[in-house]
Amino acid sequence: MTAYVINGSSFEHDEEGYLKNLADWNKDLAEIIAKDEKIDLTAEHWEVVNFLREYYDEYQVAPAIRVLVKAMKKAFGAEKGDQKYLYQLFPYGPAKQACKIAGLPKPTGCV
Amino acid sequence: MSTLHTVNKSPFERAALISALGHVRPGDALLMIEDAVVGARKRTAFAAVVEAAAKICALFVLAPDLAARGMAEKDLIEGIKTVDYGGFVDLAAKHRRVQSWL
Amino acid sequence: MAEVEAPKLPSGVRKKLMFVNRKAPHGTIYALEALEVVLISAAFEQEVCLAFLDDGVFQLVKGQNTQAIGTKNFAPTYRALGDYEITRLYVERESLAERGLATADLMPIVHEDPDDADEEKPSIQVVGRAEMATLMAEQDVLLSF
Repeated sequence: MTAYVINGSSFEHDEEGYLKNLADWNKDLAEIIAKDEKIDLTAEHWEVVNFLREYYDEYQVAPAIRVLVKAMKKAFGAEKGDQKYLYQLFPYGPAKQACKIAGLPKPTGCV
Repeated sequence: MSTLHTVNKSPFERAALISALGHVRPGDALLMIEDAVVGARKRTAFAAVVEAAAKICALFVLAPDLAARGMAEKDLIEGIKTVDYGGFVDLAAKHRRVQSWL
Repeated sequence: MAEVEAPKLPSGVRKKLMFVNRKAPHGTIYALEALEVVLISAAFEQEVCLAFLDDGVFQLVKGQNTQAIGTKNFAPTYRALGDYEITRLYVERESLAERGLATADLMPIVHEDPDDADEEKPSIQVVGRAEMATLMAEQDVLLSF
């Protein structure tokens, strides 16, 4: 598969599932990407996804995990700015999985 | 704690050589390779800057690159020494760090 | 993967790394490549700083807009460097002056004050050419772009 399909429209992604075109993203597409990642998006997931999109919008870069934890802590407090909390939401790596769902490129330094 | 500076472009093409010469410190060495050997010639528009830098640090050119461009030692600004590939390696080993001015 | 622990040099050695930026931002790939390597290097817990001289000073000019040339505008990413604990951006005064630029033409870039999380400190330090040469001479490794 090289594209996500919603109602007959297809949206290209790379071999790891990251959207090729940032502007393609919408909430329905996020749900589909999440399903592929075997994640049911809750309000807590959306909080992270939206936070990542805002971070990207501001800085044009997807934050590394360490940076995400710190920035979440500043925005939402210590309980959510916590690596363990983020891993509970996104077991295969918060930066990686949440960025994919948020339609962002793979974080730089995430090899 | 000295530095070997390397430059590989002619000063007529880009500012790297002049910029490098502006940042050398006593004890450093600067090696001109590839098209940068042009900067070692006498009487170029940049010769005064190169001559002034030669008073601060040691200047070298890579002999194979010099020969390839039809230049000889007699064409060089006074005080500039030639090295071969082995001499390049020796310079890199002698100094604490290498900075290539791209 | 981001979740892999940061790689460490033997015996946890911290080296002084300086990324030397000497090229204007959008005509060649150097500036963007340098920025990406800088972000990656942050995971290695080294003492990283950035130098901007010659045309490299144009990388930090405010108001860059690449929309009409169809390339990524990575200028805002310099403002994220503080989050990566990269807090020293040295800009050469002579390079600015030669190009008709002043400090006020540069983007404000700040980082969190380590002594007070509510305070921010400027990351850009404008230094003279001689001081830039001294800073370079203090590094373990110089990476040129």
